[in-house]
Amino acid sequence: MAERDVVFKVLRYKQGETVPHYDTFTVKTDENTTALVALQAIRRDDDPSLTLRHSCHHGSCGTCGMRINGEEQLSCVVNVQELGTPTVVVEPLQNAPLVSDLVVDMAPFFDRYTQPEMPYVRQSEFMPEADVPDGIGHYTRYENCLECGLCVSACPVMGSDASYLGPAAMAAAWRVVAEPRGSDPEFALNWADNEHGCWRCHVAYECTEVCPSDVNPAEAIMSLRGELTKRKFRRVFGLGK
Amino acid sequence: MTSISILCLWLFTGYIMSNYHVVIIGGGGTGGALAHDLALRGLRVTLVERGEVTSGTTGRHHGLLHSGARYAVKDQESAIECIEENTILRKIAPGTFEENDGLFVAITDEDVEYSHAFIEGCAECGIPTQQLSKQEALRLEPNLTDDLILAVRIPDATMDAMRMPLRFFATAKKNGVDIKTYTEVLAIRKQGEAVTGVQVKDHTSGKVYDIGADLIVNAAGPWSGKVADMVGVEVPIRPSPGVMVAVRGRWCNMVINRLNTSSDGDIVVPQRGLSVIGTSSWVVDDPDNLGLPPDHIQAMYNHGTMMMPVLKNAPMRAAWSAARPLIGPRKADADTGRELSRTFKCFDHVDEGVEGFVTITGGKATTLRGMAEAAANVVCEKLGIEEPCRTREAVLLPHTAYYA
Ligand SMILES: Cc1cc2nc3c(=O)[nH]c(=O)nc-3n(C[C@H](O)[C@H](O)[C@H](O)COP(=O)(O)OP(=O)(O)OC[C@H]3O[C@@H](n4cnc5c(N)ncnc54)[C@H](O)[C@@H]3O)c2cc1C
Ligand code: SF4
Ligand code: SF4
Repeated sequence: MAERDVVFKVLRYKQGETVPHYDTFTVKTDENTTALVALQAIRRDDDPSLTLRHSCHHGSCGTCGMRINGEEQLSCVVNVQELGTPTVVVEPLQNAPLVSDLVVDMAPFFDRYTQPEMPYVRQSEFMPEADVPDGIGHYTRYENCLECGLCVSACPVMGSDASYLGPAAMAAAWRVVAEPRGSDPEFALNWADNEHGCWRCHVAYECTEVCPSDVNPAEAIMSLRGELTKRKFRRVFGLGK
Repeated sequence: MTSISILCLWLFTGYIMSNYHVVIIGGGGTGGALAHDLALRGLRVTLVERGEVTSGTTGRHHGLLHSGARYAVKDQESAIECIEENTILRKIAPGTFEENDGLFVAITDEDVEYSHAFIEGCAECGIPTQQLSKQEALRLEPNLTDDLILAVRIPDATMDAMRMPLRFFATAKKNGVDIKTYTEVLAIRKQGEAVTGVQVKDHTSGKVYDIGADLIVNAAGPWSGKVADMVGVEVPIRPSPGVMVAVRGRWCNMVINRLNTSSDGDIVVPQRGLSVIGTSSWVVDDPDNLGLPPDHIQAMYNHGTMMMPVLKNAPMRAAWSAARPLIGPRKADADTGRELSRTFKCFDHVDEGVEGFVTITGGKATTLRGMAEAAANVVCEKLGIEEPCRTREAVLLPHTAYYA
């Protein structure tokens, strides 16, 4: 097993401090060590006051988002040795209030995200050839979005317009339009149809690039715009909805 | 305000809000469900968790809402707990599970032999079964191995290991529970024989302070032995880790289990666009230092592939370890952890001469509500509170309400 020492440069901040600073730690890694496991080792062996969010450890809960060498990532699926840099720089997500070290406050994210009331379980599209057992209407699965906030951190518009509803919430709104499951697509469309909503996006696709779960928020924003344009066009020409 | 209305107000608040303050140590599923239960019974509750909620074992588990079938032959007490809680959770947490059921698949003659005891055990525990022929099972799950002989359908489901318990935290918070994350218990305060509070450190500010308590519940999962050490009592807990491997691609829609006694890599849980193979079992002393044995990762692939050959070439998304809080002699020689029961226990440490300190541990994520009910009954009895448990009926808030 190829063991290697890797230096971690970690942003540190505690409530009441004026500015953050960086601390460095050296961590023993092997070919399976993830950034999350390395940070847990730092907390265990070097500094128990290091704060970070984590839960599922396999890229499915969305809590361990951070910037690793400047890129938004889920730290549980980043292999440290594959990064290939002698020093790994770890910083919290952007466009969210900093609580401490690598922990940001997700409340503003969820305040927007919950507006379209997207149900979390959807119809599964996997293995369409499979029969469904008696008593089950169709196979279901969880939505793709992990509510991780990586897209919000990467979005350049979020950085300049604090009122922008942001890519994750827009993607959730589009899911309600595409597959309502009891939620109200009209509400979702009207909510997105505003200068801080789907029309604010610069179509730079940074969100889609960093999304760890194939949600493709930028495409969802384009779909919302398309749907809204179609409806406006119909209204102008008196064609109804 | 008239004196009558003051009296009414006093009676009303006296009824719904007792003045007793309970501190829960540990923000896993067990602590979250207990906070919810005690809040509904009108107690004042503070929950302290050293990291984010569900950052211990809870968030990292396999994601199976157990039907109990896995334990129906050898550990019927656990099996019955599982099927009861499985039914209740579907009712109080609608929209939280991928409700696609599960199959136990027989691929050898030995598996077929085991199927008799299995079906009988399920019947004894009240777990519904439906036997399927090879052809019927393959129509439901085309990626099962051609070696398949028969399958048994049971009411397993996929749960989101973090979002299901988050619904308990969200509801508890709404009902007034003070949830303090990134807050680590450093010491437990005692006056004579009674515990009186905890000394904590808030890692977001570095501040160290005390929280007074009439009663403390240790819900620290595999860490509960360490927390009990702070009071000088013994909790017979063995941290028993297992490795899980998530591969890309959803290769089944139902939960696929091997129809035999519990063994390595005997289950594949589909979830979102992933399939998760698990698990192994060994025992450690320190729940913060589990490691990730590479041969266990390979073993997951090997065993998973026996049931579903497509898994062999499925690219890995992640491999990780998590530690079960299994009840068993803490320093004994059991070396796999499989022989320890999966049921839960509530310890009132008054038996060891300490007043006001209760431990709830063991169990499964599936049984979190039942564990909480048992612990809350002990808490209420100790404090002389006569309030019934209301968590079997109370529908939980959505997980997103925890942060929003
Ligand atoms: C490999 C594996 C697979 C599993 N799969 C399943 C499954 O599919 N389905 C199922 O139902 N169950 C499963 N389980 C079992 C289930 O995960 C656990 O029983 C359950 O999550 C335990 O929850 P808990 O709240 O008791 O413990 P934990 O979730 O570990 O919570 C304890 C908390 O206490 C905190 N803590 C510790 N010390 C302190 C301190 N000093 N101060 C403050 N906080 C502290 C920890 O940070 C932790 O968050 C699995 C377990 C393992 C190991
Ligand atoms: S495509 Fe739009 S929402 Fe996505 S990052 Fe760019 S500006 Fe932000
Ligand atoms: S859209 Fe993608 S990046 Fe954004 S929160 Fe959801 S999963 Fe994360």
